[in-house]
Amino acid sequence: MSGIPHDHYEPKTGAEKWLHSRLPIVGLLYDTLMIPTPKNLNWMWIWGIILTFCLAMQIVTGIVLVMHYTPHVDIAFASIEHIMRNVNGGHMIRYLHMNGASLFFFAVYIHIFRGLYYGSYKAPREITWIVGMLIYLMMMGTAFMGYVLPWGQMSFWGATVITGLFGAIPFIGEPIQTWLLGGPAVDNATLNRFFSLHYLLPFVIAALVAVHIWAFHSTGNNNPTGVEVRRGSKAEAEKDTLPFWPYFVMKDLFALGLILVIFFAVVGFMPNYLGHPDNYIEANALATPAHIVPEWYFLPFYAILRAFTADVWVVQLTSWITGGIVDAKFFGVLAMFGAIAVMALAPWLDTSRVRSGRYRPMFKWWFAILVVDFIVLMWVGARPTDFPYDWISLIASAYWFAYFLVILPLLGVIEKPMTPPETIEADFEAHYGKADTPAE
Amino acid sequence: MMKKLGIATVTALTLSAGGALAAGGEGHIHDVDFSFEGPFGKFDQNQLQRGLQIYTEVCAACHGLQYVPFRTLGDEGGPHLPEDQVRAYAEQNFETFDNELDDTRPAKPADHFPGSNIAEAPDLSLMAKARAGFHGPYGTGINQLVKGMGGPEYIASLLTGYTGETKEEAGTTFYENTAFPGGWIAMAPPLAGEDVEFADGHSNELHHEAEDISAFLMWTAEPKMMARKQAGLSGVIFLTVLTVLLYLTNKRIWAPIKGKKSH
Repeated sequence: MSGIPHDHYEPKTGAEKWLHSRLPIVGLLYDTLMIPTPKNLNWMWIWGIILTFCLAMQIVTGIVLVMHYTPHVDIAFASIEHIMRNVNGGHMIRYLHMNGASLFFFAVYIHIFRGLYYGSYKAPREITWIVGMLIYLMMMGTAFMGYVLPWGQMSFWGATVITGLFGAIPFIGEPIQTWLLGGPAVDNATLNRFFSLHYLLPFVIAALVAVHIWAFHSTGNNNPTGVEVRRGSKAEAEKDTLPFWPYFVMKDLFALGLILVIFFAVVGFMPNYLGHPDNYIEANALATPAHIVPEWYFLPFYAILRAFTADVWVVQLTSWITGGIVDAKFFGVLAMFGAIAVMALAPWLDTSRVRSGRYRPMFKWWFAILVVDFIVLMWVGARPTDFPYDWISLIASAYWFAYFLVILPLLGVIEKPMTPPETIEADFEAHYGKADTPAE
Repeated sequence: MMKKLGIATVTALTLSAGGALAAGGEGHIHDVDFSFEGPFGKFDQNQLQRGLQIYTEVCAACHGLQYVPFRTLGDEGGPHLPEDQVRAYAEQNFETFDNELDDTRPAKPADHFPGSNIAEAPDLSLMAKARAGFHGPYGTGINQLVKGMGGPEYIASLLTGYTGETKEEAGTTFYENTAFPGGWIAMAPPLAGEDVEFADGHSNELHHEAEDISAFLMWTAEPKMMARKQAGLSGVIFLTVLTVLLYLTNKRIWAPIKGKKSH
């Protein structure tokens, strides 16, 4: 195996050698846990552990919830109330699961933006980035289907709106929509398949997470300088790195503890703050809510979906060129998925030689605007669609695409980057001084 | 970054003609200082019992509480009635259809409250969580963070929000209400003040009654609220201690690596 040179597991006792020659699992765990990690990682590198914890928590609480939940349109809503009222500790497990989804997305967004700022997506970490994007897509699918399961008003109407997006695909859209729903409209067949997939996808995510970790354990972590670990020899590598255990495990656990304090305060004291009141009304196909709003973590992309209406010239032009095949609705769908696609293509759109945003004076500003843009999109996604919100969402959506398609490629050409430090060791010592040595 | 917005959270209260009115403006909701607000807030047992009495004597004529089992009236953190009173309450006030008897019989503690008697009256079990009284400003969710979601406040404001004006539309009478989105509601004013006599002589003025029933409906919507806050508090305290220990451990582990230079 390539990668950063480091000590490998050596079986010592007879029993260890016996196992190691048959199944080197201890060696695998040892190598994973002792992986050399750049010692200058800052606090933005803790979110991976938070996300792993979220996945585990969602799976564990989810499995318990399944023991009491019934996926049938007549009693799904009542079975949630059964969990909330009659199951021992059921209300806590359900609120943990419900708010766990929010923590999961909160963490994944910071994790993604961390990658975007420090250039973690750049060669040789493209596979890590792409797998990460797949995980993110799977998370969105899982969260969306999970939100349908309580069978409240927002569950039902959210499902109707989102599956309707597939109906916007020209020619084949309607058959696809019917196939997805298992019928002409959101009904029991839909609820059942969403339940099945909501249970399945987290395990697919878990597998992808393993690949994600495998990929960056092969390339080594990125770090705030974007400078690679020296790997000429083990001694050289050790100047730049520390083993993951115990240094980064303890650091990450401390961060996890801090975040869980806040998380428990939310779950215990305001568990419905991030939810929508309408979902405490049972689904009713005859009463459409005044506004159908997705969960907060979908809002940025929901805003992009809604931004491209029929009176936007880009939409009109596209419609004219394609002879009306791409109408405003389909354009919106393409824009929404395109917004994620351009992000996934960042490794090839970013032309800069310098990896970390820390040493890119112009990039820093454009990136800061992107962060603000994302928050604006999240906010405007829940606002009405009239003036001035239509203009705000259009401009914010345009910036999202411009950042990836125009700014990233151009910056690499016109920007004059600063010089990053020679080594990770040099960066670390500039911050913390030389390590204690016997000589001192 | 919250997704709360003005009109969105409130939908048509009635499925009939009232639905057409839902697209109106946002109603006026006044903040009530309920005992159960905040991380340490508790339900006031006496208030819940008064609210139960109002529900039984007034609301139950039309509205159901289908998700609430009678036995939970005896639960701690709720009205906490003695067991014999729960049994007597269920028996004397409600009948249940028993599939085995193929007939109705007096309700038992294990039964649920019945559903609504008329189709236009929504079930009230979850009403206090299904409405948000507070919004914004501008979709930021700050008001809900500060004041709470405002479900019980919405109910209290609605019950005290009638102006006395009425209008007829398509054979249905609508009543003007300052809290209801759109301003006109199909429900006639259910409370006028002095609708019930409390055994303990507590005030039965309209706004007191409205607060009592709102508190009771918050309990029906969130019967485990006190247990939840307790668990949340234990979690926060335990995790804070754990986090401090982890902080110290982490600092200790890194101390020799980081050397002596402080910046």
